[in-house]
Amino acid sequence: MFELLGIPPQVLLGQILLGLINGSFYAVLSLGLAVIFGLLNIINFAHGALYMAGAFVAWMLLHYLGIGYWPALILAPLIVGAFGILMERTMLSRLYHLDHLYGLLLTFGLALIIQGLFRNYYGISGLAYQIPDLLSGGQNLGFMYLPNYRAWVVIASVLVCFSTWFMIEKTRLGAYLRAATENPTLVGAFGINVPLMIMLTYGFGVALAGFAGVLAAPIYSVNPTMGEQLIIVVFAVVVIGGMGSIMGAIVTGYMLGIIEGLTRVFYPEGSAVVIFVIMAIVLMIKPEGLFGRPV
Amino acid sequence: MAMADKTTSTQRVEQTAGMPTLHKAIFVVLLIGLIALPFFAYPVFAMKVMCFALFAAAFNLLLGFGGLLSFGHAAYFGSASYVAAHAAKVWGLTPELSILCGTAAAGVLGFAIGSLAIRRQGIYFAMVTLAFAQMVYFVALQAEFTGGEDGIQGVPRGNLFGLFSLADNMALYFFVLAVTFGGILFLYRIVHSPFGEVLKAIRENEPRAISLGYDVNRYKLIVFTLSATMAGLAGATKSQVFQLASLTDVHWSMSGEVVLMTLLGGMGTVFGPLIGAGIIVTMQNYLATFGAWVTIIQGVIFVLGVLMFREGIVGVISRWLKKPL
Repeated sequence: MFELLGIPPQVLLGQILLGLINGSFYAVLSLGLAVIFGLLNIINFAHGALYMAGAFVAWMLLHYLGIGYWPALILAPLIVGAFGILMERTMLSRLYHLDHLYGLLLTFGLALIIQGLFRNYYGISGLAYQIPDLLSGGQNLGFMYLPNYRAWVVIASVLVCFSTWFMIEKTRLGAYLRAATENPTLVGAFGINVPLMIMLTYGFGVALAGFAGVLAAPIYSVNPTMGEQLIIVVFAVVVIGGMGSIMGAIVTGYMLGIIEGLTRVFYPEGSAVVIFVIMAIVLMIKPEGLFGRPV
Repeated sequence: MAMADKTTSTQRVEQTAGMPTLHKAIFVVLLIGLIALPFFAYPVFAMKVMCFALFAAAFNLLLGFGGLLSFGHAAYFGSASYVAAHAAKVWGLTPELSILCGTAAAGVLGFAIGSLAIRRQGIYFAMVTLAFAQMVYFVALQAEFTGGEDGIQGVPRGNLFGLFSLADNMALYFFVLAVTFGGILFLYRIVHSPFGEVLKAIRENEPRAISLGYDVNRYKLIVFTLSATMAGLAGATKSQVFQLASLTDVHWSMSGEVVLMTLLGGMGTVFGPLIGAGIIVTMQNYLATFGAWVTIIQGVIFVLGVLMFREGIVGVISRWLKKPL
């Protein structure tokens, strides 16, 4: 067995895997933020709260209706997405003519409301969600033990990120979307229903957060505060990557997850702040972000 | 960035020479009211309101007049609170020196974070400040001297200048009144100085200010540092009042609260943040037993404020009176 700087490979690979899982959530969440930002020009502060809502919806489906993990993986994002569309239609759409910071303030308020409501009814102790039977257990890879469910989280997130990227960059619908990002007025003049597209885009971005929530439910306990810490880290990820490119958001998410995991091996005290330190360095060297376009 | 709606344009017609009589009158009435207040109300509650009023006023300097939305002002408020508490408890400094230490620490931190944050604009600026504030939170959670989850408790109130004991609530009240009122007047002076006029110009039209030859980034950094310093003064004073510095002071929800106070009272107004702070602190006080409902109500105020009440309370009054307040 090889050793690296006195660190056993089990520890190293274990932390890289853990980092990759965190990175999966960073990637899916920052992807959702980037998709929403591209078209609506707002930062969705409620993203963390909706991620938490996704996990709760999965839990409620199981406990109140007996609907298991696999249907929930589709249903919960749809429900969260529908809720997002409701938010967009009734509130966000009234703010498009104003400074974009009002969108940030509004979604911050919504995040407080959503979190407060869940905290009121479910407390902060957290609820358990069983790993589905199909994915319980794990594989012994010889050098480390790989739990099936964790492998699934990474695979599922990569699949979702890739399909989203493919849809936006390679399909006709995505072409409309990119065109509307550049110039909504002109795209509207070509007869495309831009407000509808904005509504669906917000719904989709938010559904991605809900999807991440369902993925997270069996790993982390389902907890009203699970989104609030995560979203701030995801903001830092977004600042580091720059929101100009879909691929940038995805790659930065995974990369930072792994860096965080490695930091936990070599300098555990720094793991909570390493992403913020990287953000500071990026701001000094390339303020527009690694994949961002210069302003 | 035009955070201020065009409806508030009346506010921009401001007198530059001296304080308008109306403002002078309001400040005098406010001061008399505050001197009388502790004889009727619980002084500790009144001191809390004053500290938060200064905090909100400092935040408003940045948002309302500089046009910069920081979502991480708890970092300066909280770190000053920790440093002042540490100085009073461990180093045994007198209250005024402890507060000075805390305020200076917040100023240094504000300068460091500000110089990075001003490299981005708009919502990125908000996200960067929030992320750095979260970093400060993690440091406060893990560092030795902050006491982790417990915070720094039992901070002695000490003797002012080593002479006058502040152990009595009334004595402390008048000290806090002097500090916060002085701080608010200082902020008023900045806003109504030539420096403040340049700030407003940058807020309204940044490219134009650049083309007029102003070093916009320097102005932004100065106003950011000033705002952080004054937020620190508020936090340091608060730690002496409650004899406590805790994680609540550096938490992101504290940053959100100060945004809410300013938005509710009226951003870009002189008296709005003071009113907003008074309302929010009073609300928290009365609803404390309802737990998470406080968060929900704050969220609702945020949503309603953004959707239909963007001028804030003082902004509306100011429009009725057709006078800047």
